[in-house]
Amino acid sequence: MITLETYFDYVILPILAISVMMVFIRLFKGPSLVDRVIALDLIITTGIGIITVYSIRSNQAVFLDVAIILALIAFLGTVAFAYYIEKQKDD
Amino acid sequence: MIDIILAILSSIGALSILFASIGILRMPDFYLRLSVTVKASTLGVGLLLICAAIMFPDVSVTTKAIAIIFFLIITAPIAAHMIGRSAYFTGTPLWKDTVIDELAGMYNKETHELESKEEEAENPANEGPNIAKSEEETE
Repeated sequence: MITLETYFDYVILPILAISVMMVFIRLFKGPSLVDRVIALDLIITTGIGIITVYSIRSNQAVFLDVAIILALIAFLGTVAFAYYIEKQKDD
Repeated sequence: MIDIILAILSSIGALSILFASIGILRMPDFYLRLSVTVKASTLGVGLLLICAAIMFPDVSVTTKAIAIIFFLIITAPIAAHMIGRSAYFTGTPLWKDTVIDELAGMYNKETHELESKEEEAENPANEGPNIAKSEEETE
């Protein structure tokens, strides 16, 4: 019977790391700009999950503040990208 | 007992984030990628944050985790709608096996306003000069 700490260390965190790697492939080869924008958004969202698991493992609740700021940055970044992509088409 | 609950919740969360990243890598189209990404990743991060809320025996941490979940659930659909809308305007191609495009011809190209089909059929005379005038103005 494995403990919860080793389960977080050897199962959950590697799954999240593999997810970030696969999203990076899409970020590099995405055919259009909007593909890259949603890939960045998904990377930041997965980063929030990694920060949460790391704050559980290191027993430091302060890291959740970083997760709040990252969620805010992800939303503002995606909205700003969408606004300027639409304006770029208009000119 | 609570360890088993935490293990189940974190497993479902991590697996749905994994499915979201497999989807963004393997789906053939931007719109399919968008639809698979937003929902699955919001679910996964929400479940991981619920794990943190159960794990820490502190009210402030629970409040913080619930605040992050609330913020993600509010903002993720708005961001997805805005990026999908701008992708449709810039002409991102649909998948070749797409069955129906219900927005085709519904958007006014000049003002970016959505119109319904009846209105377009009722007064096409009102539509024509507007577009012509605005084209003259831009030239």
